[in-house]
Amino acid sequence: MTVKAKYEAVIGIECHVELKTRSKMFCGCANEFGGEPNTKVCPVCLALPGALPVPNKEAIEHMIRAGLAFGATIPAFSKFDRKNYFYPDMPKDYQISQYDMPLTLGGSVRYWLEDGTIKECRLTRIHLEEDTGKSMHGGGGGGRIAGSAFSLIDFNRAGVPLMECVSEPDLTSAQEAVAYLEALKRTFVQLGVSDVKMEEGSLRCDANVSIRAVGSTQLGTKAEIKNMNSFRSVLRAIESEVERQTGVLESGGRVVQETRGWDEAQGVTHSMRSKEEAHDYRYFPDPDLVPMETDVALVERLKATIPALPHDRFKRYHGKYGLDPKQATQLIDNLPLAEYFDACVAASGNAQLITNFVLGDLSRLANETGTPAYASPVTPASLAELIGLVEAKTITSKIAKELLERMWAGQTSPKAIVEKEGLAQTSDAGEIERFVTEVLAANEKAVADYKAGKTNILGFLIGQVMKASRGKANPALAEALLRKKLD
Amino acid sequence: MNEPVTRSAAQIARDVNGKSISAREMTQAVLQRVDEVDDRLGCYLTRLHELALDCAQRVDRRIAAGESLSLAGVPVAVKDNMCLTGTRTTAASKILENWIAPYTATAVQRILDAGGVPIGKTNLDEFAMGSSCENSALGVTRNPYDLSRVPGGSSGGSAAAVASFQAAIGLGSDTGGSIREPGAFCNIVGFKPTYGRVSRYGLIAFASSLDQIGPLTRTIEDAALAYDVMAGHDPRDSTSINRAVEPASNALREDLKGLRIGVVKEFVTAKLGPEIDALYKRAYRELAELGAEIVDVSLPTADYGLATYYLIAPAECSSNLARFDGVRYGLRVEGDDVGQMYERTRAAGFGSEVKRRILIGTYALSSGYYDAYYVKAQKARTMFAQDFRTAFERCDLIAAPAASSPAFEFNSKSDPYSMYMMDYYTIPMSLAGLPALSVPCGYAGTPQLPMGLQLTAPLFEEVKLLGAAHAYERATKYASKAAVAV
Amino acid sequence: MASEKIDVRYVAKLARIALSEEEAVRFGKQLADLLEHVNVLSELETASVPATAQVVESRNVERSDEVTPCLDRETVLAMAPQRQGAFFRVPKIIPES
Repeated sequence: MTVKAKYEAVIGIECHVELKTRSKMFCGCANEFGGEPNTKVCPVCLALPGALPVPNKEAIEHMIRAGLAFGATIPAFSKFDRKNYFYPDMPKDYQISQYDMPLTLGGSVRYWLEDGTIKECRLTRIHLEEDTGKSMHGGGGGGRIAGSAFSLIDFNRAGVPLMECVSEPDLTSAQEAVAYLEALKRTFVQLGVSDVKMEEGSLRCDANVSIRAVGSTQLGTKAEIKNMNSFRSVLRAIESEVERQTGVLESGGRVVQETRGWDEAQGVTHSMRSKEEAHDYRYFPDPDLVPMETDVALVERLKATIPALPHDRFKRYHGKYGLDPKQATQLIDNLPLAEYFDACVAASGNAQLITNFVLGDLSRLANETGTPAYASPVTPASLAELIGLVEAKTITSKIAKELLERMWAGQTSPKAIVEKEGLAQTSDAGEIERFVTEVLAANEKAVADYKAGKTNILGFLIGQVMKASRGKANPALAEALLRKKLD
Repeated sequence: MNEPVTRSAAQIARDVNGKSISAREMTQAVLQRVDEVDDRLGCYLTRLHELALDCAQRVDRRIAAGESLSLAGVPVAVKDNMCLTGTRTTAASKILENWIAPYTATAVQRILDAGGVPIGKTNLDEFAMGSSCENSALGVTRNPYDLSRVPGGSSGGSAAAVASFQAAIGLGSDTGGSIREPGAFCNIVGFKPTYGRVSRYGLIAFASSLDQIGPLTRTIEDAALAYDVMAGHDPRDSTSINRAVEPASNALREDLKGLRIGVVKEFVTAKLGPEIDALYKRAYRELAELGAEIVDVSLPTADYGLATYYLIAPAECSSNLARFDGVRYGLRVEGDDVGQMYERTRAAGFGSEVKRRILIGTYALSSGYYDAYYVKAQKARTMFAQDFRTAFERCDLIAAPAASSPAFEFNSKSDPYSMYMMDYYTIPMSLAGLPALSVPCGYAGTPQLPMGLQLTAPLFEEVKLLGAAHAYERATKYASKAAVAV
Repeated sequence: MASEKIDVRYVAKLARIALSEEEAVRFGKQLADLLEHVNVLSELETASVPATAQVVESRNVERSDEVTPCLDRETVLAMAPQRQGAFFRVPKIIPES
């Protein structure tokens, strides 16, 4: 058995996601990325003496919606607690967080792999807290904290609302971990609760990685991996760590429980000197804040604001309509297009044809003109009308293509055009026979080739019939009549 | 002393609104008084001459424009744990010795908006932790009735300022008795509203679930006036209650007919010695003579008050004071690394009492002790609230001592616990969040020094409380029976 | 709650307060004394009593998600014990080993 096949990885992900609100969690300072340092601070988020926190209603509602999207329980009663520890980017030297009564409990994230398999990772909890300021390190250490002589702090980010999502260790590979993160990101973006941009710091994650012998039910010792700045880093870091731990066990050693930092340049994890000793956070309910009671009416109202979830769409697109995983993912990641797609399917009922049009000609037109399909004059209703005509064999697919171009240019009703210009497909045998006779007469060489055995020249002849009939001849009938005449 | 400084706040407001004296003249009179006596008393850590005259000028302009302000030209002493923009706000601590506040506490702003004139920032026990003002790191305040004695604490500076006519309203804060006790020691009224009635935004936090801002004044009428201005919901304070404030100023009573007043059987005043015992018994008799029915009530948890308070308050303060770390403002003592900087800064910046409370609070919250100490104390606190609710089924108000003795001499309570005992009678009301006040009720000891009667009411019943206290004050007038020594 | 031997140095470390030898001894004793007094709470029967969550029963106090003016930067940085340009500066976070 290969070394790799001996062990299985057990991975849990802990994410911090900045919520997209206008203002910070406990004060009215702007919640925006960038800007001059220390310009978005006030007595509250700077922790001046006498300042007091007041929770952001929108942040709380975003949290609850995120929990609902993942099928979490929303307990009736929740509160904020103080997590006490000293750190220079933490103005109060305690963080307002949630300890034993978070806003959501449990739930799970459904994600899919590249091959289309849908998997599920359970969530332990999601809770609400506030972010810290940002520090830069200087005077040595190459910008890293180790070896630096001083640190510079910007408190613009201090107090930004943060969701902490903790997953159960249900992930079994680096790929799964990334797919899980993509599913989280997708959901948060589509709920409108966060931009989830790792490069801007609105998503930060740590991975807890351990390995064990395949089939074992005991958990191995885990290492916490930090400092991964992109999904690609997450992939590489977890793979590297699994490899490292495998090496340790194979050489007879034991994995040490520790925090390790991912080194992007070297492609390995390094043991991090712990920043602080084991923490006694002395959690206690924050006496400056009052408890939150979530009633059924609020939950119902918030539930109604949740759009179709990514994995539900994926099941439909890949599982039901047969789009391949990549196509389905592309569509899902383009929410306005997915919603347009859904509206078209709803209007027409023919998912297959809608798929062909949306991913085919409409996509091409969108690329050519720079206007997305959902912003074009082709409304779901008119597309459904067009498809109806194709389904009823009223027009050929060639005519349909032409009509689509004209609809894109602003002519909204395909039915009206067909009627006005007489573009309906001809299934009149007599009329088609005339075209067939014309074509055969005009293409003596082709006829001779066909009779000599080049049967695939038939396609060319059918094309000529379509051309002569200006696309209206029923192709199947044309083919049948041609064969009759030729054979 | 010049006569205007002896006027009550209500009188001053009437006079300034009525234009018989300008806010400027009134302020100048008070500033002159400050110059005359405060070097001896030490009430003000920072005198605000310029700002005071500035504010007075603005008040005069508003009066000239036809406005009528409920605190027009009233000189106000602001305890130095309340932020006032542009002023040094120190909490009487070396760690904030030179910190200038960039914003103003809501309660203070309301006083200023109503025409109050800030005379200065007053001394306190450091971070409001103490019962004598001796824990101040920045100055000594003396009791105006006897300069060898403490004014009480933690709002000692404000109490002494009002008692010595250096202000008509003193803003104080009360966590376990810090308005009521100095009020009693200085022969004036000290009033703590229901928890949540007055915004804590801008009050440097000691114990978040106990702190309340309240007025120290020479009359109940003035306390009611200040309360009416300060009380009311503040959206910047999540614990500020959103409930209409019935004005107390027009509900001041002349007798106590129809009221039942409870006397707590666990508060055995005999323990305080024969003179003080007699004094309180007299006070209860005086209440009866005004028409009140005196009933016995019980607070079975009374003896657990100190233990409960001295776990909860330090626990909360240990967390509230963590922000004083030398990073963003205040004192910094350099270190080789940030951890060393924290430790040296806080060692140098905090006094002993503050350190003690931070240590005990940290301990009470720490892993392994949280349930046994902090949670246990919060449960005891619930029992206090229940005790009071039961007691108030039998009475409308409760009468009790405000302190166990008159003002004591400096350095006479060297053991921390003996100082904590000063809060014995005031802590239960704080734990239950009840409105409570101290009103002068006589003199005791050698020399004869002021004592205060504490009255407390159910939650939100400030009107009933102030109304009744007014009747007592009007009938007994104990404060006028002695003069300050300056 | 038995009479605990308090590790006052550990507590001081948690609270980030440097203690002199003398203070460690003095505070250690004073804390132990205070805890002796506080131990009376163990006499109270509180099994069925809920801990006070809030003195005055409020729920769901929130603010709407609106931006309000913040402090002017010069005011903010003027308070800094040590500043470097637009930042607050602190000594190194990780001590030398």
